[in-house]
Amino acid sequence: MSILIDAETRLCTSGITGREGTFHSLRNRDYGTQVVAGVTPGKGGQDVEGIPVFNTFHDAVEKEGANTAMVFVPPRFAADSILEAEDAGIELIICITEGIPAHDELRVYNTLKKNGRARLIGPNCPGILSPGKASVGIIPAMFFGEGNVGVVSRSGTLTYQIGYVLAQSGFGNSSIVGIGGDPVPGTDFIDVLAMFQEDPETELIVMCGEIGGDAEERAAEFISASVTKPVIGYIAGFTAPPGKTMGHAGAIVSGSSGGAQAKADALQACGVTVGKTPTQVAEAAASLLRV
Amino acid sequence: MDLLEYQGKQLFARHDVPVPAGKPARDVEDAVAAADEVGYPCAIKAQVQIGGRGKLGGIKIANDRDEAQEHARAILGMDIRGLTVHELWIEGASQIASEYYASVVFDRSAKAPLVMLSTKGGMDIEQVADEDPDAIAHLHVDPLLGFQDFHGRRLAFEAGIDDDVVRPVAAMLAKLYEVFASEEATLVEVNPLIITPEREVRALDAKVTLDGNALYRHGQNALLRDLSAEDPQEVMAAERGLTYVKLDGDIGILANGAGLSMSTLDVVAEAGGTPANFLDAGGGSRADAITAAVEVILSDAKVKAVLFNIFGGITRCDEVARGLIEAFARIQPQVPFVVRLDGTNGEEGRQLLSEARLPGVHTEVTMDDAAAKVVELALGAGG
Repeated sequence: MSILIDAETRLCTSGITGREGTFHSLRNRDYGTQVVAGVTPGKGGQDVEGIPVFNTFHDAVEKEGANTAMVFVPPRFAADSILEAEDAGIELIICITEGIPAHDELRVYNTLKKNGRARLIGPNCPGILSPGKASVGIIPAMFFGEGNVGVVSRSGTLTYQIGYVLAQSGFGNSSIVGIGGDPVPGTDFIDVLAMFQEDPETELIVMCGEIGGDAEERAAEFISASVTKPVIGYIAGFTAPPGKTMGHAGAIVSGSSGGAQAKADALQACGVTVGKTPTQVAEAAASLLRV
Repeated sequence: MDLLEYQGKQLFARHDVPVPAGKPARDVEDAVAAADEVGYPCAIKAQVQIGGRGKLGGIKIANDRDEAQEHARAILGMDIRGLTVHELWIEGASQIASEYYASVVFDRSAKAPLVMLSTKGGMDIEQVADEDPDAIAHLHVDPLLGFQDFHGRRLAFEAGIDDDVVRPVAAMLAKLYEVFASEEATLVEVNPLIITPEREVRALDAKVTLDGNALYRHGQNALLRDLSAEDPQEVMAAERGLTYVKLDGDIGILANGAGLSMSTLDVVAEAGGTPANFLDAGGGSRADAITAAVEVILSDAKVKAVLFNIFGGITRCDEVARGLIEAFARIQPQVPFVVRLDGTNGEEGRQLLSEARLPGVHTEVTMDDAAAKVVELALGAGG
């Protein structure tokens, strides 16, 4: 088992004819993902190494049965592309694009929530990998093997780092979900934690948070109430000064809220083991799995 | 992007939010001319992006030209919590009957705009929230619906403002929401929002943060960015397309990805060192990008040693190593470097570096070892 994506995934990439869109769509296909279509308005009828390109998501759904979208278009077009995918009936939309205006994200989030038809992962995320089944996004899949550790993270490279150490210790993953570093993620820690809790293959969950907002604090409450599987946590940004955006638009300590220590404390208070370094996280996970 | 008070007020004026008339000035002569034009008494206000400037002497009332000159001279160049005052705003002094607080905040937790109103204006709102949370009325607005008149009335009645100004204050909230939504702000705060003895509602202060990602749609606002108020290294990095945040320490840091970069700072601190900066090189492995990053890091004279922490995913470590070797040929850094390369083609990358025998460059495999090494080198450099 895995969550969100698997062998049934039929992917359509918006922005497939751009450099990054082409590169990663082909990598995802090489991994074994069914990449059935791409969308670039005005380029309908072309193909990208055999992947048919359509003018609209509606055509991609109708002609190729696309059920998952990956959005790779520049920030100013991304909100529109997500809303188009949702309108076309696609149920899972993964947005890789970084730099989308915050008010666009607010509009998209609330529209999707109101309609209740589609789930958005991201924006500003590395995507999802279900080892051995499918990869959607930019996660370097070669490091990860099939296994029983579920990973959910606001950061990309940090996740690869932790997953890599785990893989070197011989442990694989059920799914790796990057929820992204923006202030308004379509999917939060809680949503993914609930999916891992239900997934029979996942035995342990690694959760990587960072400064900004209160998603980690809310996740801690959820874990305490509804997650019975062991959770290992990590928080990045202990040394971040207040008021500074640390790379991710959402990674900012504002006044007295969003600091790393409060997040680590909240998680620990709910029984989550919190590693101080990525290596400690991987070691803690490995030691729990060996028991 | 944080605006100065007067920039916020000019933005307010475009949306018919009543603000006292005034003029900005950058030197004493201009300040006196502005005061003459605005008329006396007038307020001479330091323009810095920090709260509490009134208590620190950054706001003074001038009753005549001599006082205007004296206050302008005292405030220009003044240090307010580490920020130097380069600019003044001179506006007509207001008569105040009541001081309220009003704001529209981008509430990322609720994923909706949050509008707040309180009769406890003119003081630190975080303090009010701690000591007397019931004194602040708040309401989330569905961004798809927008701010309705009833939202304004509810807030005004709940906050307990004077009956005779319920309608104008509610109307003011609607205008502030319009500023928030149409200018794509993440914060619009007025503290204090005043009621004059003539029962007029006015924004006496303006604190506005605009979303930098949306500035392409707001050409006029994009011009408001004040590079002179920003850290010179941060400006230099931004010009080169790098995400850099200046910190206080002496260990320069470069990593790839925001999360790994933040984590690198933490691991260095855990090892007993103090980071000089945050720098996310993104997927940049080319010599140009690495050269630019090294130049920005070393432009901070406090840096005694530098840590490169690269986890190769799609970016290959051998490409990063080649970029680094080329960058070193161009700039010959004078401080020691610790380079940690792991992930895709990590061994090839480390091999290339060791063959290149770059002066003062140490290679490591793990993040923890690399952090320990760079801390040792920084201390050895006379820390």
